[in-house]
Amino acid sequence: MDSLVSTYSQPAFEDEGYASDELQELIHTKPSSSLSFALPPMPRPSAFLRALTDDHANPNCPIKLAHGTTTLAFRFQGGIIVATDSRATAGNWIASQTVKKVIEINNCLLGTMAGGAADCQYWLAYLGMECRLHELRHKRRISVAAASKILSNLVYSYKGMGLSMGTMCAGVTPQEGPALYYIDSEGTRLAGNLFCVGSGQTFAYGVLDAEYHYNLTEEEALELGSRSILAATHRDAYSGGFINLYHVKEDGWVKHGFRDTNPIFWKTKLEKGEFSNVTANL
Amino acid sequence: MRGATILKASDDKTKQLNNHTLMAFSGEAGDTVQFAELIQAYIQLYSMRNDTDLGPSAVANFVRGELARSLRSRHPYTVNLLLGGVDPITKQPHLYWLDYLASLAPLPYAAHGYAQYYCLSILDKHHHPDIDLEKGKKILRMCTDELQRRLPIDFKGMLVKIIDKDGIREMEFDCSKQVLSA
Repeated sequence: MDSLVSTYSQPAFEDEGYASDELQELIHTKPSSSLSFALPPMPRPSAFLRALTDDHANPNCPIKLAHGTTTLAFRFQGGIIVATDSRATAGNWIASQTVKKVIEINNCLLGTMAGGAADCQYWLAYLGMECRLHELRHKRRISVAAASKILSNLVYSYKGMGLSMGTMCAGVTPQEGPALYYIDSEGTRLAGNLFCVGSGQTFAYGVLDAEYHYNLTEEEALELGSRSILAATHRDAYSGGFINLYHVKEDGWVKHGFRDTNPIFWKTKLEKGEFSNVTANL
Repeated sequence: MRGATILKASDDKTKQLNNHTLMAFSGEAGDTVQFAELIQAYIQLYSMRNDTDLGPSAVANFVRGELARSLRSRHPYTVNLLLGGVDPITKQPHLYWLDYLASLAPLPYAAHGYAQYYCLSILDKHHHPDIDLEKGKKILRMCTDELQRRLPIDFKGMLVKIIDKDGIREMEFDCSKQVLSA
């Protein structure tokens, strides 16, 4: 009789606060059980993966991962500029020229993708989900610091398993103001004013560093971001396609177009006289 | 450099070939100076025999020929070169980029090694064919600042030489000030 009563009656206040399984879920930073992946049945799956995909050591590898990118983001007086190219390459093959490498996590937070296309796409989408869950649980938007930490802890838990990604999280929150974080698959997580990531990073850094300062106007900042990506698409064979430009402000991000690099290159060359190593006459 | 040791901080990695052509070199230790001195000797011999200097494009094509010949030998020279000069007749400046595979390219601006990755984008943006010396110095400063800012090595000073119609001269260039990234 007692057991019957206890099953059908509930102690008062049981529904208040977090249930123990919910608490567990909050504490856990590792992905939940739905994210357990099938691994190759062998002692060191990561070495097996590397043998099949590492095209530096083995140009004839059967799986070619989509790689190669230029992405940049920098903080300035008016918020954060985020800019990327749009090319995806698999070996020497241009797999796509219209990749969206800026992931809109929510209306105040952006993520960028460089490295393995699938890894970035999947884990940034996962980050988007985690951020939304955070919002629902805590009834306020996640901070950029917390969002970037979710991602860095996640990739760190997979360290050595062959993940390849270099991402930036940019956002403006009331607590932090404009915040920019760099996260890569080694587990590095850095806050900073200015980052360029990808095979074209050095070219973008060249243009950006030369003229960057914190007090740029909005117009100057957008132009500098766009010009830095253009520089990288010009010199780096693995970058190209379209320039994807975003500005993150206090009240959310604004998209400033997804523009083809080719007409922009010729416009820059012919109107400003830059790129003087390229001859325009046939 | 020898392993992790700096042997000399103020090594002149250029050779003057004749009154108005200068060659900068990098690459395999030993090869660089041997090859540069060989070329210098050839070009000076030409000047003495003919009582006239070879123009920059003639020099560049000669150097390319020597590199191409060496490339197919038992011990090819592993040397990358930048060759700058002012043509003694037309007074036009010329710059040639050569690598150890004997590629020759006439260019408005050039670099070798890691510097290419950082500096070419700067030069793409700021170089114009009609710039004067002052603007040129400013662009050079942008490039060295970027190298100091982003390269993990500290290259202990720079050597800058100017080639113009009056000849070749060394320029005072101070890069002792630390440059930090934003």
